[in-house]
Amino acid sequence: MKKSLLLASLLSLFLVGCSSTPINDASKPTGPSVSNDEKDLDLASLRDPNNILSKRSIYFDYDKDVVKAEYKDLVAAHAKYVSTHPKAKMTLTGNTDDRGSREYNVSLGQRRSVSVKKSMNVLGAQDTQIETVSFGEERADTNCKDDACYGKDRRVDISYEKE
Amino acid sequence: MKKYNFSMLNIFKIFISLYFFSFIHSNAFAIETIEISGGGTKQINIAVMPYKEIALDKTNSRMHQIIAADLYRSGFFRPLDIEGLVNKPSILSEINYPEMTAIEAQVMTLGQVEINNNRMKVNWFLVDINKKTILTTMEFSGPVAQYRAIAHKISDTIYEKLTGIPGVFSTKISYISKNKGRYSLNVADADGFNVQSVVGSPQPLISARWSPDGTKFAYVSFEKKKPIIYIQSLVTGQRTVVANFKGNNSSPSWSPDGRRLAIVLTYNANSQIYLIDPDGSNLKPLIQSAHIDTEPVWSPDGKFIYFTSDRGGRPQIYKVSSSGGEPQRVSFEGNQNLNPNISPDGKMLSYVMQDEGRFRVVLHDLQTGQITKITDGPFDEAPKFSPNGHVILYAHKINGSGELSTVSIDGVVRQSFNIHADDIREPAWGPFVK
Repeated sequence: MKKSLLLASLLSLFLVGCSSTPINDASKPTGPSVSNDEKDLDLASLRDPNNILSKRSIYFDYDKDVVKAEYKDLVAAHAKYVSTHPKAKMTLTGNTDDRGSREYNVSLGQRRSVSVKKSMNVLGAQDTQIETVSFGEERADTNCKDDACYGKDRRVDISYEKE
Repeated sequence: MKKYNFSMLNIFKIFISLYFFSFIHSNAFAIETIEISGGGTKQINIAVMPYKEIALDKTNSRMHQIIAADLYRSGFFRPLDIEGLVNKPSILSEINYPEMTAIEAQVMTLGQVEINNNRMKVNWFLVDINKKTILTTMEFSGPVAQYRAIAHKISDTIYEKLTGIPGVFSTKISYISKNKGRYSLNVADADGFNVQSVVGSPQPLISARWSPDGTKFAYVSFEKKKPIIYIQSLVTGQRTVVANFKGNNSSPSWSPDGRRLAIVLTYNANSQIYLIDPDGSNLKPLIQSAHIDTEPVWSPDGKFIYFTSDRGGRPQIYKVSSSGGEPQRVSFEGNQNLNPNISPDGKMLSYVMQDEGRFRVVLHDLQTGQITKITDGPFDEAPKFSPNGHVILYAHKINGSGELSTVSIDGVVRQSFNIHADDIREPAWGPFVK
């Protein structure tokens, strides 16, 4: 006796002819800033290469989230900028090297951005103006062989909504 | 401000082709089973003969190569070298049993592939060499476009016949590729063939997880300069935001019934685990601590959530009831343990152990507590059990570039995928689809 059965791998059906969903880059500049922002937010000071506010990266020791003394002035300058410009919105983005799992590294990078935020809170910067996020190892140099190289990945980058 | 042009139109052009293939099962022969012992510690010697291809264009059969590669990768079979054999049978009467015994074959498979007008028909046999009996004989037919799918179905049938457990050769895997600075979430056959892109982005994509019914993905995209969790349907291509709160939104994990997701949110603090409905409603914290809690995974019965936490200093694996409560530590060996995944029967954990400077995949038997290192590192990550629990798919690095491999759960057979991309990572294994 013969019996026939119909079989279908659902996924192979769904995926036949399926084209990928493209996402375009959100990082491209969106045009010139409004002149009010230039004045209200003193954007020139953020861009002035001689101003400490143009320095945007804080580096960490291996497996540490303590903000080192050498970044005291940098952290203080940005904290002051945020507290004196209530309309300013800052993002602190944590990063790690590429060792370990991607999700755990998102959490490690976050711990570093939170550490920087707390240092700024002490100096009067409000949480409502700061967002702490993490890219984990996603921006790490994947060809590192020594700690000098890994060290460049262990950092928090400061950016502003308008700058 | 328009941040991205999400061209969904393409995805709606999905063409659902009704490629069914049918098989006819003949019960003309007595079916017997081979005894195998030790759950993978002993491999079965199988002679996979070239299936004789009867076609107008006279292309050589590659069906046996697909089957032999499938069976080898599983870790339960040792496909024998049959190149030197004088006799290469494709029908039962051609079998030379003494020759098969000489190469120590325990079983052999042989068959014929007929191709006509874009249709194909495969008549094949699985034979016990010692007993000289037929274990299985079947006829599979379908369109030629299903050539590899039919080969995988034969592998599945052989696998289940000889191990008693369904094969995973017809299932799908997924991974993230990075090619020329562009990221893509891809779906492929379990052997890495038939790659199809589900979503592409100029910014990183991580943590893609199949829904339990295999029709959707939850994943994390950095396209808005921070991690945000999306769900995307494989059927319609439609994409929705699950979680876009202040701070990070990451590490989605489907509950076994597909009705809840465990996710990780930060707001302005450390990673914490929450539960949420797939439509983004009904958010509630699972546990709250001042430490990092991340990488949640549900037990198959839905009762527990395993996760990674640094509450003990270094990252270790913990578990907590899915209704909340006090977490219990699960991993104790090694400098740090992270990236947990649980076997389909809930009896084994696989995770990454960092010890002696190496990140290795380990298997943790939750009943006996025994821990076995099944890879050598140095940078292995993201282990994922196959739907039958026999193989683990994981990511590793070669000269800074990501690759995928499978390892049998006894650690004996490791096989890399031959996927062409600058960098591949973040594997996941789709469910059995009935």
